[in-house]
Amino acid sequence: MTDQARIRNFSIIAHIDHGKSTLADRLLEMTGAVTAREMREQLLDSMDLERERGITIKAQTVRLEYQAADGQTHVLNLIDTPGHVDFSYEVSRSLAACEGALLLVDAAQGVQAQTLANSYLAIDAGLEVIPAINKIDLPAANPDQAAEEVIGIIGGSPKDVLRISAKTGEGVAQLLETLVKEVPAPTGDPDAALRALVFDSYFDAYRGVVCYVRVVDGRLDSGDDLRFMATNEVHEADEIGFLRPKAEPVASMGPGEVGYLITGVKEIDRIKVGDTITNAARPASDPLPGYDEPKPMVFSGLFPTDGDDFEKLREALEKLRLNDASLVWEPETSKALGFGFRCGFLGLLHMEIVRERLEREYDLDLVATAPSVAYRVSLPDGEVRELRSPQDLPEANDREAIAEPYVKAMILAPSEYVGPIMELATARRAVVGSMNYLSPERVELDFEVPLAEIVFDFFDLLKSRTKGYASLDYEQAGYRVADLVKVDILLNGIPVDAFSAIVHRDNADEYGKKMTGRLRELIPRQLFDVPIQAAIGGRIISRETVKATRKDVTAKCYGGDISRKKKLLQRQKEGKKRMKMVGSVEVPQEAFVAALKVDDE
Amino acid sequence: MTPLDVDRFAESAAAYVHIPFCSSVCPYCDFAVVAGRDDMAARYVAAVRAEIERSEPWRSLDAVYFGGGTPSHVDTGLLVSILETLDARHGIAAQAEISLEANPEDFVVGRARELRSAGFNRVSFGAQSFDPGVLSSLGRKHGPEHVSASVVAARTAEFANVSVDLIYGTPEETDTSWEQSLQLAVDQAVTHMSCYALTVERGTTLGREVAEGAPGPDPDVQARRYDQASLFLESAGLERYEVSNWSRPGYECRYNLVVWAQGEYEAYGNGAHGFRRGVRYRNHRRLDAYIDRIEAGTSARAGEDAVTGWDAELDRLFVGFRRSAGVSEGPGTDALRASDEGRNLIEAGVLTFDDGRVNVRKPLFTDAVHRSVLSLTPLSS
Repeated sequence: MTDQARIRNFSIIAHIDHGKSTLADRLLEMTGAVTAREMREQLLDSMDLERERGITIKAQTVRLEYQAADGQTHVLNLIDTPGHVDFSYEVSRSLAACEGALLLVDAAQGVQAQTLANSYLAIDAGLEVIPAINKIDLPAANPDQAAEEVIGIIGGSPKDVLRISAKTGEGVAQLLETLVKEVPAPTGDPDAALRALVFDSYFDAYRGVVCYVRVVDGRLDSGDDLRFMATNEVHEADEIGFLRPKAEPVASMGPGEVGYLITGVKEIDRIKVGDTITNAARPASDPLPGYDEPKPMVFSGLFPTDGDDFEKLREALEKLRLNDASLVWEPETSKALGFGFRCGFLGLLHMEIVRERLEREYDLDLVATAPSVAYRVSLPDGEVRELRSPQDLPEANDREAIAEPYVKAMILAPSEYVGPIMELATARRAVVGSMNYLSPERVELDFEVPLAEIVFDFFDLLKSRTKGYASLDYEQAGYRVADLVKVDILLNGIPVDAFSAIVHRDNADEYGKKMTGRLRELIPRQLFDVPIQAAIGGRIISRETVKATRKDVTAKCYGGDISRKKKLLQRQKEGKKRMKMVGSVEVPQEAFVAALKVDDE
Repeated sequence: MTPLDVDRFAESAAAYVHIPFCSSVCPYCDFAVVAGRDDMAARYVAAVRAEIERSEPWRSLDAVYFGGGTPSHVDTGLLVSILETLDARHGIAAQAEISLEANPEDFVVGRARELRSAGFNRVSFGAQSFDPGVLSSLGRKHGPEHVSASVVAARTAEFANVSVDLIYGTPEETDTSWEQSLQLAVDQAVTHMSCYALTVERGTTLGREVAEGAPGPDPDVQARRYDQASLFLESAGLERYEVSNWSRPGYECRYNLVVWAQGEYEAYGNGAHGFRRGVRYRNHRRLDAYIDRIEAGTSARAGEDAVTGWDAELDRLFVGFRRSAGVSEGPGTDALRASDEGRNLIEAGVLTFDDGRVNVRKPLFTDAVHRSVLSLTPLSS
């Protein structure tokens, strides 16, 4: 067991691409946790997608041993945090295991919205925040301005802000010293009953569920019977150990220590992240403060292109869930798309990542329906029902009101873009609350906006209107009743459920026009005219027609052409296989994807 | 001709002879043709005769068709020698239809008489249009006047059946000019007409031009021209008996009726396709490759597809559905009627089942019917 006075537990808060993983690599290297030969670029981001997108999806953790200038060897537990808004709940649980946070800001890009939001989380959690400006080696670096912005958030003096280059290693030694000096040591009671926080878990095919734990009070011994206080289950500690970064089993862990725990539990659902572990023989009376479970905010139907892949999709979702407890789904049947699953995601990025992983890692070809949010509809009898799919909306006469989720959104951007941002926000039914200048060049805009208005394409539009400089963060802000209607799209009189959407009445015409217009381009001509209509209830709000094809015949077919013509038609036939039949209308698979695609306006 | 008469051509024996030589290659043509190789004609004809002599003796032929290329482009004597070889090998029935394709440029009365006395009794002219602008856009060297002269020559020589081919849907054509072409063709008192939509084929000059942005045919316009032709020709007493073919009653091309009835036909020459004993076969397409193989004593075949069992039933529908007479009901049409696609086609009025016959009532959608046929599987009973 390590003396608490020599332990420092900290996270790194940073925006995507601000160099968190590079810094982690440098720390591993400089503390000798890995040799240069073992060094792989961005060691901590192990999932392929993470490496490709440069983002961290699952938090990871590593134990470093560092000999400080005072000659003492300190244990530094680096608890990694994800950098994207969709995963902010993971940030809070990582922070709950720390006493300090390193706030890392790109010297060229300055403070971004997620960094700001996560810094507030850290300050609220009572953590010591240590600011550092990274990438000072870049030609475009402006460390002074970045430092000024940081001070605007956490206070203090710009001269206390560290300046480093994780890439070259410049300033990293000083940063290590500062961590040891500034991050408070844990102050758990070694003699109290065991209390340890489960701050993350993942599924390992050989070992079952692996928990990441932080011991707060008491000691955790290998072989002990442990009670998980929230689930009230008892499991034996089969193995405990440290990650350095390879797993190294130990006999016991004392207060302040961070490591892993394997109990032999195989089902990820039986371990609740945020739970408190205590000793079954000598239990603690109160658990540690936990945190809210993440709630899915965005819903979309996922359907296999090939109906035969339905079971394969189910298995793939089940496997993904082993490592992503926030992924939820239920079977869904669509007239147009067949059998699939209605899936709930934390946000758009989460949705995109899941879809990409399903397609890439499980070799599935999927059609995703338009993302929607969870509406709440009040029924005449007073019941309030949550709607995850527009199809479930009761008819106008059978409902009292529809409420939609709102979010508090925060945008950080260079001040010159305030105009375009306000314009965009207003178009999206946002109510602007406040505007704060972090520095003369950088402004923070706070507003409340329906989640439905930002899940679709808001972030892309924001980026394009601010040349990529704006960043966005949001948190849930309750439900509000709004004048919402369901727009159905009908092909040849048959509603296509995949295209139905709940939209604000003021936007219904626009949605209808956009969808019918796009579908007219995407649906090939058929043997008959195909009317495409958008309707609210029984009222048609827009209409387009795909004119019937007039000619589908080869001019010549004589003795010499028969085999060749058969082959040509066979090829055309293969192309048609990828069509979905909506009534008697053939709709190419691509039309579903393309019609729902976010546009650039 | 009743539908049963039409189906009876399945029992006839036919032969196709390919003559690839042309004075120039038309920009839209993707057949096995050569221009400027006239010096090879004699050697080629010798090879064709050798191929005929090598083929297994069959019964007397009911229909012989010389296609191309431009059969009329080679010497009469060479064409006649092939006919004699066919007669020697298989026999040619007394009432047989003996047909050749001809270019209006080189068909004068004297030649017409020679060919007629050698046994040819049907001629088909590649007129394409009576509009000089359209003709030149199609790369044709002849003018409208040549067509009239050729038809008169054929009739003077007492050809029993005279046909002209027209092409519609070129960008230069108008509704009016198309109607004029139809009128002028009918005015020649022809007994048979074929009207083809201009088709852009890959690997042709036209295909290349269109790929590079030149205007191509508009399918909607072509559909309108087709309807225009149907109305016009029907009212002139020419009945449509296949998607692109019209004739006075009794003047249908019998060779083609054999093909569309799934009858057997031998094929000779480069790029020629035949159907015998349940096998659709094809010869090497390149002129030199064909001649070399024949001269070396080896087979000129480039490939074959066996068409037996269920495939043969689908093949029967495939070739038969292009005819106005349609096909007789059978296991294939039963499966078609029961399929989703078949039901849609029936609902759309494209396909009818009536009194033991199944017909494509909207010939412009024949490919849609064909695609549905291709994937049919037998109904399990």
